[in-house]
Amino acid sequence: MKLRRSFLIAVPYTWLLIFFLVPFGIVLKISFSDIALAIPPYTPTLKDGFWQMLSGLDLENYAFIGAGAVFALFAVVVISIAMFQIVYPRVRRALIPDARYGVFDSAAAALTTLAVALVNVALIVAVLGLLFPALKAFVDIPDFLYFAAYLSSLKIAIISTFLTLLIGYPIAYAMARAAEHWRPTLLMLVILPFWTSFLIRVYAWIGILSTEGYLNQFLLGVGIIGEPLAILNTPIAVYIGIVYTYLPFMVLPIYAALDKMDDSLVEAAEDLGCTALSAFWLVTAPLSKPGVIAGCFLVFIPTLGEFVIPSLLGGSNTVMIGKVLWEEFFNNRDWPVASAVAVILLLILIIPIVLFQRNQQEADQ
Amino acid sequence: MAQPKPNKVFAPWDDPDAKPIIQFKNVTKRFGDFTAIDNLTLDIYPQEFFALLGPSGCGKTTLMRMLGGFETPTEGTILLDGVDIGPVPPNERPVNMMFQSYALFPHLSVWDNIAFGLKRSNMPKDQIGERVERMLKLTQLGKFAKRKPHQISGGQRQRVALARSLAKAPKLLLLDEPLGALDKKLRNETQFELMDIQETTGTTFVIVTHDQEEAMTVASRVAVMVDGNLAQVATPDQIYEAPSSTYVADFIGDVNIIEGVVDLPDAEVPDGAVSIRWSPTEAPIIAMMDTALPTASACHFAIRPEKVSISTEKPEAKNVMSGKILDIAYLGNISTYHVEVAPGLIIKAQATNVRRLSRRNLTWDDHVYLSWTDTAGVVLTE
Repeated sequence: MKLRRSFLIAVPYTWLLIFFLVPFGIVLKISFSDIALAIPPYTPTLKDGFWQMLSGLDLENYAFIGAGAVFALFAVVVISIAMFQIVYPRVRRALIPDARYGVFDSAAAALTTLAVALVNVALIVAVLGLLFPALKAFVDIPDFLYFAAYLSSLKIAIISTFLTLLIGYPIAYAMARAAEHWRPTLLMLVILPFWTSFLIRVYAWIGILSTEGYLNQFLLGVGIIGEPLAILNTPIAVYIGIVYTYLPFMVLPIYAALDKMDDSLVEAAEDLGCTALSAFWLVTAPLSKPGVIAGCFLVFIPTLGEFVIPSLLGGSNTVMIGKVLWEEFFNNRDWPVASAVAVILLLILIIPIVLFQRNQQEADQ
Repeated sequence: MAQPKPNKVFAPWDDPDAKPIIQFKNVTKRFGDFTAIDNLTLDIYPQEFFALLGPSGCGKTTLMRMLGGFETPTEGTILLDGVDIGPVPPNERPVNMMFQSYALFPHLSVWDNIAFGLKRSNMPKDQIGERVERMLKLTQLGKFAKRKPHQISGGQRQRVALARSLAKAPKLLLLDEPLGALDKKLRNETQFELMDIQETTGTTFVIVTHDQEEAMTVASRVAVMVDGNLAQVATPDQIYEAPSSTYVADFIGDVNIIEGVVDLPDAEVPDGAVSIRWSPTEAPIIAMMDTALPTASACHFAIRPEKVSISTEKPEAKNVMSGKILDIAYLGNISTYHVEVAPGLIIKAQATNVRRLSRRNLTWDDHVYLSWTDTAGVVLTE
């Protein structure tokens, strides 16, 4: 019985693991090779055997894209967060011995902790820099393009996750508050866009946002603007595209969390003296937090590596790592560097994915 | 029936000078075509433990939700201390509610749940702590203050909900089926706890329940509701002993209802009594009654099974019937005998099991006599 169960579980997971690990292994292997004018366009690394490859391993592709700097930045962020989590409860206890504290007390404690954590991290970095001068070479960035692309992807992903939350939460809230017999229809409407190809929907936005597009024609016709707005090929278009595409991923988990909530909780809060607004902040918002976190990760993780939306809607000055990756592979035909970019992107994504898993586990308890 | 009452009994509803805390004045509530409350007028007095009793769908919860401020009456007014509370939102009413599902905030500890209402009031912070501790002590929850609602048992959750609704010292506490989720033994204990707490705090309690035993146990007065109307509002003993209609008699406890017509007055019937002919062959039932009924009017005679005595020899009593035992329900302390006194008419008689079961002299198919006095039952015209 137990054997059968583990077998049933093992089969799909082995399948998934193989189809994750094999392509990753290939990409990893390519990232260690050199560019060559050949088909495929890189020097073979495994022809002299595995040990030969390991001994002659060179990380020049990683050095070229500034992986060391990316890693260093990441390490700094992770250490800061860890330090914050360790120090914050202690600072709060020290500042507010009483168990009953307000929002402002907590904010003050958080700010103090943040300052402490940053100073500590800066000290660690300075000490490490003094002790190991070789680290300077490690964080050197020969081509700033890749580092900038990582940062800009991160920025776009964070801002668009926030925008999606801002739009998605009210939608989910309205759905959960709608009459019982309307909810399946509303749920259907949220899922409906998936019936059309994602590519076609993004193309449709070109028709809407372009200079002669429907939006400009409408605004000109109404007389709000004198000349057409340039939205297409700007970061705004990218944000619109991302928010539009990923909205269902935000709405559905929040809706699930709100739908599960007992309506009488809000009534109880109002009965105990809350206004409708404070009942929302004190009861509904904390109880929908697992849904909000799940939605944010479901939007953030794919947005970070997004390629189609920035390349269709964004201009040449919207640099995202997915687009850089594509250009490196297909325009530049520099497979080794492209592979190195992909490997680093995956490593960056592991952190939010692990955080997401932890949130899901907490929500299940 | 009218026995002299001891002095200083709590009965503000009999006192014409008493000021009610809650007044429903011709209140009607409609949901679309459905009338949940139909032109209802009711007074509830301070420090009362008032029970709204009725089958599901009778409007008792709607009535309570109107007091809480979650529904507004379609017509009529609700006065609290003489002030119309129709336009007052729930968060500004000096009324707190204990919800059927308890509605404890799952993300807050027991302590924070109880403090929730106090933090929204303008009570100084140091007093909040004291008040919460008092409530924890009152409900014996001191040990669980730091736990989350899902870490405590159903009975403890119920007490947290009670403590939370009492914390703000409301003028009126509403309890919506408060003990519905508890098992029978815990429910009985909690009922007495509720009564103790009500006496200690002096708060007016309004409880909604469909459990008549619960209503009888805890309430100073019971309102029996049916289809959005009040069938009867009275003390538990009056509801039980002197129901105003066959509906109330049947709803509360076990009852025998015999249909009949008022017989011609004759010499054998004493003054102030009526004789009810329920069968063409058998002797009529004689019952005392305050108001005289016209001859030949239809009526019902209702009598509780425990007021019917059962014997094997013909007793001397105003009302005697003979019949055959069809069924015996043994309940441990008492037994209920189902006796067929006429074809199709079964009367239930209850007797305390003063002897052990093996020494009982009554058994199935025995021929027995049922008897009761002329004051044991009531005559109902509705």
